[in-house]
Amino acid sequence: MLVVNFLLLAAVLFCIGVYGVIARRNAVLVLMSIELILNSVNINLIAFSLMHGSVDGQVFALYVIAVAAAEVGVGLAMVLMIYRNRKSIALDELSEMSG
Amino acid sequence: MTALLLAAEDVNVAQNVAFGIIAFIMIVAALRVVTTNNIVHAALWLVVVLAGVAAQYILAAAEFVAVSQVLVYIGAVMVLFLFGIMLTRAQIGSEKGLNNKSWALGIPVALLLLGLMAYVIVDAYEDTVLPDRGPTPTEALSDQFLSIYFIPFIALSFVLLAAAIGAIVLARKD
Repeated sequence: MLVVNFLLLAAVLFCIGVYGVIARRNAVLVLMSIELILNSVNINLIAFSLMHGSVDGQVFALYVIAVAAAEVGVGLAMVLMIYRNRKSIALDELSEMSG
Repeated sequence: MTALLLAAEDVNVAQNVAFGIIAFIMIVAALRVVTTNNIVHAALWLVVVLAGVAAQYILAAAEFVAVSQVLVYIGAVMVLFLFGIMLTRAQIGSEKGLNNKSWALGIPVALLLLGLMAYVIVDAYEDTVLPDRGPTPTEALSDQFLSIYFIPFIALSFVLLAAAIGAIVLARKD
């Protein structure tokens, strides 16, 4: 297999995730798009790990998986709190901090 | 552009065909995640993407990471997402207003980024063939975790603990 296959797949997933972050208004859907982005990065790490014959890339991928799990937990707790306070999780209505 | 041909010379054809099929399914599912009008469907399409990622890890000889992907993402993170969806929504079904008013702006941004990254990737790694390695022994991973990556490992444990406590504190009712 060519390393370009993996890298291009990861690039496509990354761009789809970026589109999701820009286009989506619902906070849960934005978090899902962030998961897409993190997974594309993991594919890159695994591909480079295979290419160089070292397991360091896999170690990094496991770190990314753990941090992503923590991020989703805190992110969804924040979304729940925002929903409880405002009855809405539309991101464009959260504009108090924009001055 | 031999890179884009699935069956290039001196590469494992079966592996390439499997990669292509899984990659196609993943891309379609990822597009559905960001375009569907039903949040629950988006979560379920995300499961397809995550399972595809796990399959790609197995193709890339990273079994332990693939198993962790299934356990952590499909097992835990998706349940969290479904909880999040059901706790923040009254009705389950398709709805309007999931996209921003200026959602179309995302398309040129994503396409531009994709073009740039594809150009750079193909330019840098055009004909680099991945070596045909067997499965990675899990001992090799644990050796790394418990030797040179030990302090980051402990730090990561604290991050997870802090995230769990923080999530509880944030989501409490009082």
